[in-house]
Amino acid sequence: MNMTLRALLGATALLTLAGVATAETTITVATVNNGDMIRMQGLMDDFYAKYPDIKVEWVTLEENVLRQKVTTDIATKGGQFDVLTIGTYEVPIWGKAGWLVGLNDLPEAWDKADLLPAIAGGLTVDGELYAAPFYGESSMVMYRKDLMDAAGLTMPDAPTWADIKTAAAAMTDKSKEQYGICLRGKAGWGENMAFLTAMSNSFGAKWFDENWNPQFDQQPWKDTLSFYLDLMNEYGPPGASNNGFNENLALMQQGHCGMWIDATVAASFVTGKDSTVADKMAFALAPDNGLGKRGNWLWAWSLAIPAGSAKVDAAKAFVAWATSKEYTELVASKEGWANVPPGTRTSLYANAEYQKVPFAKMTLDSINSADPTKPTVDAVPYTGVQFVAIPEFQGFATAVGQQFSAALAGTTSLDDALAAAQELTKTEMTKAGYIK
Amino acid sequence: MARKTTQTRKAVVTTIAWIIGFLIFFPILWTILMSFKSEGDAIKAPLAMLSTPWTLESYGEVQARSNYLRFFMNSVIISLGSTILALVIAIPAAWSMAFVPGKRTKDLLMWMLSTKMMPAVGVLVPMYLMFRDFGLLDTRTGLVVILTLINLPIVVWMLYTYFKEIPGEILEAARMDGASLRSEILYVLTPMAVPGIASTMLLNIILAWNEAFWTLQLTTSDAAPLTQFIASYSSPEGLFYAKLSAASTMAIAPILILGWFSQKQLVRGLTFGAVK
Amino acid sequence: MATAHSRTAARLMVSPAVILLFLWMIVPLGMTIYFSFLRYNLLQPGTSFAGFDNYYYFLTQAAFWDALWNTITLVVGVLIITVFGGIALALLLDQPMWGQGIVRVMVIAPFFVMPTVSALVWKNMFMNPVNGMFAHIAKALGLQPYDFLAHAPLASIILIVAWAWLPFSTLILLTALQSLDREQQEAAEMDGASWLSRFWYLTVPHLTRSITVVILIQTIFLLSVFAEILVTTNGGPGTASTNLPYLVYAQSLLSFDVGGGSAGGIAAVILANIVAFFLMRMIGKNLDA
Repeated sequence: MNMTLRALLGATALLTLAGVATAETTITVATVNNGDMIRMQGLMDDFYAKYPDIKVEWVTLEENVLRQKVTTDIATKGGQFDVLTIGTYEVPIWGKAGWLVGLNDLPEAWDKADLLPAIAGGLTVDGELYAAPFYGESSMVMYRKDLMDAAGLTMPDAPTWADIKTAAAAMTDKSKEQYGICLRGKAGWGENMAFLTAMSNSFGAKWFDENWNPQFDQQPWKDTLSFYLDLMNEYGPPGASNNGFNENLALMQQGHCGMWIDATVAASFVTGKDSTVADKMAFALAPDNGLGKRGNWLWAWSLAIPAGSAKVDAAKAFVAWATSKEYTELVASKEGWANVPPGTRTSLYANAEYQKVPFAKMTLDSINSADPTKPTVDAVPYTGVQFVAIPEFQGFATAVGQQFSAALAGTTSLDDALAAAQELTKTEMTKAGYIK
Repeated sequence: MARKTTQTRKAVVTTIAWIIGFLIFFPILWTILMSFKSEGDAIKAPLAMLSTPWTLESYGEVQARSNYLRFFMNSVIISLGSTILALVIAIPAAWSMAFVPGKRTKDLLMWMLSTKMMPAVGVLVPMYLMFRDFGLLDTRTGLVVILTLINLPIVVWMLYTYFKEIPGEILEAARMDGASLRSEILYVLTPMAVPGIASTMLLNIILAWNEAFWTLQLTTSDAAPLTQFIASYSSPEGLFYAKLSAASTMAIAPILILGWFSQKQLVRGLTFGAVK
Repeated sequence: MATAHSRTAARLMVSPAVILLFLWMIVPLGMTIYFSFLRYNLLQPGTSFAGFDNYYYFLTQAAFWDALWNTITLVVGVLIITVFGGIALALLLDQPMWGQGIVRVMVIAPFFVMPTVSALVWKNMFMNPVNGMFAHIAKALGLQPYDFLAHAPLASIILIVAWAWLPFSTLILLTALQSLDREQQEAAEMDGASWLSRFWYLTVPHLTRSITVVILIQTIFLLSVFAEILVTTNGGPGTASTNLPYLVYAQSLLSFDVGGGSAGGIAAVILANIVAFFLMRMIGKNLDA
C-alpha cells in the first residue's frame, strides 16, 4: 500500500515537473505546542497563497511526546513526517548519522548568512546546515519591577546568584501567594536539567571530566544543588517539583512569581495579552558567580527534513517560508513586533522597530554570551551548554532529573540524590563504553 | 408507623446516595463548567468562578487549532471497526467453547486472557517496525487490527459467559428438528444472545475509544483519533485550564452520551457470567 | 452428546481467534526476546550481541525494585478501594430511593472518561497546589495547600485510577446484588437474623464470584497503568511513582535503549504471568464451582 502511494507520489512529482500541475502535495509537520508554533498555524493562509499546491498537516504535541515520537520515527525510518521540529541537541547528532536532509541549497533570498552565528553554528555539521532555526533562545532573569521597587531594590543588568537570593527573599510574601522565585523542577533533561546544567556551569561544575567520569561527587555540583534547593524551599512556590516551563509561565502570568529564570522566548508571553503583570516586567542577564560563566543556555527550535521524506521539495518550500524574514514581517504586521519569533537573525536585531521591544537587547546579549563549544569553567570533552551532545544524554539526564526533582520535593536528601545521580550516570556511561 | 420509617429511611438513603453520586461525578461536571469560562476566569477560586460570565470562546479556540470532526470521525471508525471485527472473530469461537466444550476449553480461555497482560510498551518497537514494513503506520486499518487483537480476549470471554447461560436443551431441540449448524446459530442462538452481544459491543467500543497507548504511538495525523487530539493540550502555553476543559469535554462527550443512553444494556452484560 | 462432526466444526470456529491471538502474542514477544539480547540503541547505528548484559543492567538498577514494588502497590491499592468501595456503593444503590437512575448515571460516568483526560483533569484542576480545587478549599479553611503529586505521588495516582474503575466494580456488584434471592433474605429476616449476619452469610457468598471477576479484569488493566503516570508525575519525584510499564517506557523510549527496554519488557511479561497464574487459579476455582 505504501509502495503504491510512493509510486503515485513519484508520478505526481514527475507530472508537476513536466508542467502539468495537478494534485496537491500534503506534507506532515511535527511540531511542539508552544506559543510561536501555534501562532504559525493561524498564519498559514499566507503560505497557501504562495504555494497553492502544497497542503500542510500539523501534528502538534507536547515537547516530550514530540521528541519521543519523532525520534522513534526517524531512527526506524518510519517516514511519517516530512518536517520535524527539533532542537540544537538533536540536529548535530542526527545530521552526523545521515538522518537529515542538508539545507545548504535553500534559495538565496532566504539569506543563510543573516543567521546569528551562535545559532547557525549549533545546527551545522561539517559545513552543512541541517536545520533552519525557527526561533532561538537563551535564558535570562524575568522579574517584577514593581515588587523590586517596593522592596527598595534594583536588579543589576548582570546579577550574581547572591543578588538573586536577596531579591527572592525581599519579594516573597507567602500570605499573598507571592513567591520570590519560580524555577523549573519537573524532571526531564529538557526541563529541570536544562536549567540546572546551565546553572551548574556558573558554579564551576561539569557533567564529566576529560575521561568521561561523572562529576556529581564533586563540590561544585553540591554547591549548585544546595543553592537551588535553598532558594526554592525558602522562596519558591508549592508544587515546584512538578513545574516545567509551561507551569511556571502560568504562575508568572498570574503574578505569583517575583522572578523567573527561564527561556528568553517567554518574555513575549509574560508581557503579552494573557499576562496580568505585563506592564510590570523587567529583564536581566542570567546570574553568575564571578567564575566567568553565566547560568544561561542556548537553544533553537528548528525545522528539519528527515532523509526518508518523499516530498523534500515541498518540505523545503515550507521550511524556507516559516523561517524567512518575510514570515517575521508577517507576524509583526498581524501581531506586533514583540510577538515575532526571536533569536535567529542578525537583521531582526538591527531593525529599529524591533529594538523598541523591551526584551530585545537582553535576548540578544543572552544568546551571545552562551558558548556551546566552551560551556564550563574547566575544560570538558563535550559540547552543549545545557546538555551534553551525546546520544545517551537524554536517557541518563532524565533519570538524574528525577533524582533532583525528588530532592526538591523533599522525598530524598541532597546527598542521596547526588550519590544516586553519580551512580546511574556512571552505569550508563560504562554501558555505553565511554568509561573503559 | 412502619410505613413512616420506610419513608424516612428512603429519604436518608436518597440523600447519601445523591451526595456520593454527585462527588463521583463532580470532576466531570467541573470540567464541563470550566470549559464555558474564559482563561482568566477559569483559574479563579471555585465560587468566584461560578459567578463569572459564560462564554464559548475556548471551544472556538480549540476548533481553530485542530479540526475536531476529523479526530472524532477517526475515533468512531476505529472503535466501531475494531469492535465489529472482534465480534466476527469472537462469536464463533465463544459459541464453540460454550456449546462444545473440550477438556482444554477453560485453559484456552485463560490463556487468551493472559495475552492481555503483556505490557504494550515492551513491544512497541517491534510493532512499530512491523507497522512500518506493512505500510500501516498512521492508517485506520492498522489501528483497527491492533485494537481488535487487544480487546479480543475480553470479547471472547464476555460472549462465552453469556452463551453458557443459554440452556443447551433449546439447541438440542433445534437439532432434533433438523436445523443445520448455520441455521442453529442464525435463528436460535443469535436472537437469544443479542443482549449479550450488545453489551459486549458497548464495552468494547468504550475500551477502544479510550485506548491511549497504541492510538498515540501509531498515528500522526491521517488516522489520529481523539486521544491524539487531547494529547496536544496536555501542557500548552500559559493559561490553559479553559482550553483544556473544552478539549476534554469534546473528547469525552460522545462516549459519555452513548454510555448513558445504553447503560442498561451495558450493565446487563458486565456480569461476566458471575451471576447465575 | 456432541458429535464428531460438531467437534470439528467447533474447532474450525475457534481457530481464527486462537491463531490470531497466538500470532499477536508470539511475534512481538519473539522479537522482544531477540532484541533483549542485542546492544540496540535507536540513536546509534548498528546492533551487536549483548548476551545477558541488558538483563543485568535492567534488573540491578535501584529503580527496578522500586518499580516492582510500586506496580504491586498500585494494583493492590486500587483493588482494595474499588472492591470495598464498590460493595458499599452497590449496597447503597440497591436500596429504594428517589432518582436512582440519575444517581446511577452519575456514578457510572468516570468509566467513560479517557485515562489521559482524567489524569489531566485531576492533575490540573484538582491537585495543583496553587490553582487546583483542593488548594482553594485548603486556603478557604485557612490551611496550607497540600502538594499531592510531589508528596504522595503514588497515592494520588491510586486515587485517580480508583476513581476511574470504581464504577466498573460498583456496576458488576450491583447487578449481582439485584439477582440475590429476596425470599431467602426475607425468610432470614423473619428468623431474626441481624443485618450483619444476613450480609455475612447470604450476601457475601453470593458476591464472591462477582468479586473475583472484578479482581481479574481490573488486574489485567491495572498491571499496565501507564497514561495516568505519564501525564501526572512522569514517574517521579525520583522513582516514587514509577511502575514497571513506565520504567520500560523510560528505558526504551526516553533513552531509546531498545535492548534494555526489551529486557525490561520481558521482566514485565514474567511478572504478569506470575500474577496471571495465581489469578487464573483463583478464578478457575470460583467460576466453575
